[in-house]
Amino acid sequence: MRHVISVLLENESGALSRVAGLFSARGYNIESLTVAPTNDPTLSRLTVVTSGTERVVEQIIKQLNKLVDVVRLTDLTETQYIEREIMLIKVRAVEGLREELKRLSDIFKSRIIDVTDSSYIIEMTGDATKLNAFMHAVGEEQIIEVVRSGATGIARGEKSLKVG
Amino acid sequence: MELSGGDILIESLKEEDVEFIFGYPGGAVLHIYDALYSQNSVKHILVRHEQGATHAADGYARATGKPGVVLVTSGPGATNAVTGIATAFMDSIPMVIITGQVQSRFIGSDAFQEVDCVGITRPCVKHNFLVDSLENMASTIRKAFYVATTGRPGPVVVDIPKDFTTPGVTTRFDYPKEVKMRSYNPATSGHPGQIRKAVDLILSARRPMIYSGGGSVLGNAASSLTKFAKLLNYPVTQTLMGLGAFPGTDEQNVGMLGMHGTYEANMAMHECDVLIAIGARFDDRVTGEIDRFCPHAKIVHIDVDPASISKNVVVDVPIVGDVSKVLDVMNSMIEETDKRANPTDLNEWWSQIKRWASTDCLAYEASDSVIKPQYVVEELWKATKGDAYITSDVGQHQMWAAQYYPFDKPRRWINSGGLGTMGFGLPSALGVQLAFPDEIVACITGEASIQMCIQELSTCMQYGLPVKIINLNNRYMGMVRQWQEFSYEKRYSHSYMDALPDFVKLTESYGHVGMQIDKPGDVTGALEEAFAMKDRLVFMDFITDQSENVYPMIEAGKGHHEMRLHPAQGRELA
Repeated sequence: MRHVISVLLENESGALSRVAGLFSARGYNIESLTVAPTNDPTLSRLTVVTSGTERVVEQIIKQLNKLVDVVRLTDLTETQYIEREIMLIKVRAVEGLREELKRLSDIFKSRIIDVTDSSYIIEMTGDATKLNAFMHAVGEEQIIEVVRSGATGIARGEKSLKVG
Repeated sequence: MELSGGDILIESLKEEDVEFIFGYPGGAVLHIYDALYSQNSVKHILVRHEQGATHAADGYARATGKPGVVLVTSGPGATNAVTGIATAFMDSIPMVIITGQVQSRFIGSDAFQEVDCVGITRPCVKHNFLVDSLENMASTIRKAFYVATTGRPGPVVVDIPKDFTTPGVTTRFDYPKEVKMRSYNPATSGHPGQIRKAVDLILSARRPMIYSGGGSVLGNAASSLTKFAKLLNYPVTQTLMGLGAFPGTDEQNVGMLGMHGTYEANMAMHECDVLIAIGARFDDRVTGEIDRFCPHAKIVHIDVDPASISKNVVVDVPIVGDVSKVLDVMNSMIEETDKRANPTDLNEWWSQIKRWASTDCLAYEASDSVIKPQYVVEELWKATKGDAYITSDVGQHQMWAAQYYPFDKPRRWINSGGLGTMGFGLPSALGVQLAFPDEIVACITGEASIQMCIQELSTCMQYGLPVKIINLNNRYMGMVRQWQEFSYEKRYSHSYMDALPDFVKLTESYGHVGMQIDKPGDVTGALEEAFAMKDRLVFMDFITDQSENVYPMIEAGKGHHEMRLHPAQGRELA
């Protein structure tokens, strides 16, 4: 099963490689991994999307917790949460396709942010399912390039991941 | 007090009560070595190879319970130390390894003797640090010792760029009294509700089994464990790493378990209905085929590391906490209640265990023409009254040591269980001997393993360390040969040790005493003669039976109840 794990990490050099190294050393899957600073400059927030049996995911969480640089973590998939990812997709846009891609982009509530006479760059956010659906709708032969940020997530309501 | 980085390091080590530092100098640590030169509190032990430094510090740590400290230079100094760091990591040994690094401004430039030490050691340390400024040196050292010695112990590397140790460049030295790390809070006492639940299960057992591991030794839980077992009169089996936490000669001890454990211990594991795992990690050499592991048992697992729980085997009552503290709470609960396991059931269980034990699975064919390795270990036990510190290398001799030298005290049996590092025996013995100059320290080894760190004979000479080396020389990498005999139709591919040195002459060339013993009748006398030389290192080269195998054995893919016994016992109990 797919799990979205959110981690507060000491913002120190090498901390990210400890997390990445753990996944490769123990043979865990990484679907995506994102990391960036937070409002607290001493902390980074990392979101890792992984998959595995309940036992494997339990081990992943324990092993992550064991890393000295990991301050706190939560398995978002255990709670109500919101997941977002940003995608920049460059598509072939010629002749009749230009109108259709514009319409498609509107339907998916995305934006065209760069235009040439043969291509568009479309920016969209959403969860992984939505981004996949858009790529499918555009069609493989029209896609020139895809850049995705990987998922980030946050729990709904008052609940938050913080120190202490 | 304003000090240079080199002096800050030395002062910090003094604050940590470091007695010995095992090291080897080089370019990136020259400033530190200069700081070492002008003081006498921290004694530097000059090894002959950085791997030796790590194993020596490791042996010291295992025997004393105090962290072992290593100092090596950058580049090859650090990479040579990696095997020893990984060895300590796999067996959860507290160590602090100081590695020199090139000047901070050269990091990443492929400078002379530069390696990414933090990167290379990351997967085999509990944690590591790259010191980022002179100002943070003392607090980093403090954190390193704190992390290495608390919770589940382990090695911690501190990589120090050369420019932070420059003489004359100083900062204020204040060794932090307290250390607080918001991201590191090791568990201490177990959850009371879980402990109560465990005690109820333990007292309702009909066929109980105590399975104790290295955590009982590392957690200083020997007396609590012994009290626990005695209160209940339950059988105890110990892992290779746990030997000695419960007395090996006690009649409740049913021997080691696992691949080369006793028949009775493994059968009891297979048949037990309540398994009490204490500071053990369900390693594959212990469990055999995991699908066949303890099929009838409810399992209680006490461990300081939450990640050890339900990693390989899913357990019923997990307790995360310091093993000795948890056992003490359990002991008080048991003392407060009259409830005990049904005596009829327990008696029947003990009778069953004794029937298994009557197989006498450690019996071997005695010989008066060729020296049996098992016999040497038995005679060593007698010669040392079972009270020596025994280190070993890795292979058949290691298993024979574990099987035929019962340990009554913890921290007496020093071996590389997790990583299985050949070359560990001699340097770890020198670390133990430094810690206990008046005790008997013997290294049980083989002619293959001993050659991997034989250069440390020189270190032993320099510091006058009278280690006794018991070389069980069968001219083979015995354990490899055994597997080739069993699983590769006796195709002994590259396991024969050809072109061996004359160990007697070799030892003598280092200034020590060498002996070669090739007749069974000479074994006892040779041991007595060697141990009478209290202040000399003696290398005893025992020419042993080449074809001897370690029995009993659980082969790959088999369960505890499917052991292969010694063929002379005339039957295979499958």
